[in-house]
Amino acid sequence: MIHGFNLSSLKRTVRLGIRSLWLHRLRSLLTALGIVFGVCSVIAMLAIGEGASYEAQEQIKNLGSQNIIVNSVKPPDDQKVSDRNSQSYVLQYGLTYQDVQRIQATIPGVTVVLPARIIRDYVWNISRRVDCDIVGTVPWYPTMRNQRVARGRFFNEQDMDEDTSVCVLGADMVRALFPLESPLGRDVRVGGEYYKVIGVMEPAAYEPKSDDLPGDQAKPAAHRMFIPLETAKSRYGEVLLRRRSGSIEAERVELHELTVKVNSLEEVTSAADAIKAVLQRNHPKKDYQMVVPLELLKRAERTKEIFNIVLGSIAAISLLVGGIGIMNIMLASVTERTREIGIRRALGARRRDIVVQFLVETVILSGTGGVLGVLLGIIIPFIVSYAAGMKTIVTFWAPMLAFTISALVGVVFGIYPALRAAKMDPVEALRHE
Amino acid sequence: MGSVTVEALRGVTFDIQPGDYISIMGPSGCGKSTMLNLLGCLDRPSSGQYFLGNEDVSQMDDDALSAVRGARLGFVFQSYNLIQQLTVVENIEIPLYYQERPEHESREQARKLAARVGLEHRLDHKPFELSGGQQQRVAIARALVNDPLVILADEPTGNLDSKSGKEILALFDELHQQGKTLILVTHDSKVAERSYRAIRLADGQIESDIRR
Repeated sequence: MIHGFNLSSLKRTVRLGIRSLWLHRLRSLLTALGIVFGVCSVIAMLAIGEGASYEAQEQIKNLGSQNIIVNSVKPPDDQKVSDRNSQSYVLQYGLTYQDVQRIQATIPGVTVVLPARIIRDYVWNISRRVDCDIVGTVPWYPTMRNQRVARGRFFNEQDMDEDTSVCVLGADMVRALFPLESPLGRDVRVGGEYYKVIGVMEPAAYEPKSDDLPGDQAKPAAHRMFIPLETAKSRYGEVLLRRRSGSIEAERVELHELTVKVNSLEEVTSAADAIKAVLQRNHPKKDYQMVVPLELLKRAERTKEIFNIVLGSIAAISLLVGGIGIMNIMLASVTERTREIGIRRALGARRRDIVVQFLVETVILSGTGGVLGVLLGIIIPFIVSYAAGMKTIVTFWAPMLAFTISALVGVVFGIYPALRAAKMDPVEALRHE
Repeated sequence: MGSVTVEALRGVTFDIQPGDYISIMGPSGCGKSTMLNLLGCLDRPSSGQYFLGNEDVSQMDDDALSAVRGARLGFVFQSYNLIQQLTVVENIEIPLYYQERPEHESREQARKLAARVGLEHRLDHKPFELSGGQQQRVAIARALVNDPLVILADEPTGNLDSKSGKEILALFDELHQQGKTLILVTHDSKVAERSYRAIRLADGQIESDIRR
């Protein structure tokens, strides 16, 4: 009963507050504007930041957070012919099958080692051709790299053992090679070899841009064609010839890419260190490069944290400024309405009734500002996405937080003017002109 | 209802019976305002006592004084002191609002009193749309809405032309006949003449206390 009473009297106080503010529409609007801009800029900036970091994280997650990826890299020029006793002009570098064995044998907590050979060549369907990376790999590649087969199937152990000429195409290649018909069951030609298409990969959830990631990770999965590792070995051997500006370059690379799956997330860092140690011992030429998606992810998260702190400070400052504006206006309003305060006190208002009255007005002011700010803050990211093509994400908590803070600002900056109003001596207040 | 006793200013003691119609007169600076503020529980005496009904209000804290003002006193001011952004009926119901009466009940009561002072057609007007006499009638309705023990009026006709002033004074007479207790502070002897007891203050002391 008493609770109901208070609620209804609060409702009346709110109505009264709205009317008092409405009496000075322009002034109230301008005052609330400080909060509107504060709140809306916070939400919009957070949405843009969230969108940017989402893209980065998505792309890292595609690599698999429990994975460690090692790539072969061509060593810098001065070390090129260090392998002198091989007595050939073949440049030899990169990861070897021996590395795979060493990693599997010496590093605990490592389950699957996923080797891959990558050969760059043209893939043909009659007269159509696509420049692509032909990836010779093992059947569990899609599972480990978070990629899925859209149609058909990936090759299996049997294809591996029998080194059959089958292939799985990336989504983009299908569009280029088989624009009109289904590629399943058809043949594609690479050099003199024909491969039967048994599956098509799903387009990756997010396609990384080539300059975002180092090394071969840059190539989106769609531009890859997958064939069994054994098939790749037998068709291409280990020496690759490349025709380059008039000369022929020969390279011997056993494995281009190695994906190591670590059993648990906690072990990723230590496993990465161990792999580094193993490789360092056997590859003095530094002809490899390690990518630890988990560490990239952590780094991305830390960047985001810093970004959020910076944003938070900007938000705090802008809301502080807005709050000071509100306080300023409320102080003016209290002085202006001294007479009203005196009348109300004479007619039975307690100090606390006066405090509530002015506090409610401030909270309405900042709360309205908060609501408008939230609306604008949700709309602006949409416009940014539309106009600038940037990805933006409005998280659930950003508007919540911004609104709560704006309401709090109302309370904090409303308390002083309200107390000042309540402290007035009724006799003095009534005498005020 | 008990008696109202005041010991104020400098050795001033008098009591007011329920149903009295009293005027307090005196030159400016004689302590009229202080007397009114004390009687109206807007101020506390530095020493001495003030019994309103059976309660010693001179020792009450601020919240209790607010409650006393809201429940047992009615004020009529020289400059009406209506709240400009509120309508007539809303102005009248303010004292009930602070007593947390249900809204429909206080609205009903306010309407009744507006009718009593002859403003039933002006319920939703704002104060600035009314004449001075009408505004003062709103103020009187507001002073009556909580059914107070005492109505305190501070120069109620001071800002009015003589015709409206007479109307207001007629309203006071009417209230007196209905048994209300009225205390009127004025320096207009014509106004004071209508009261049944005239207290004249000078230098913070009672100069004369005449009952007619």
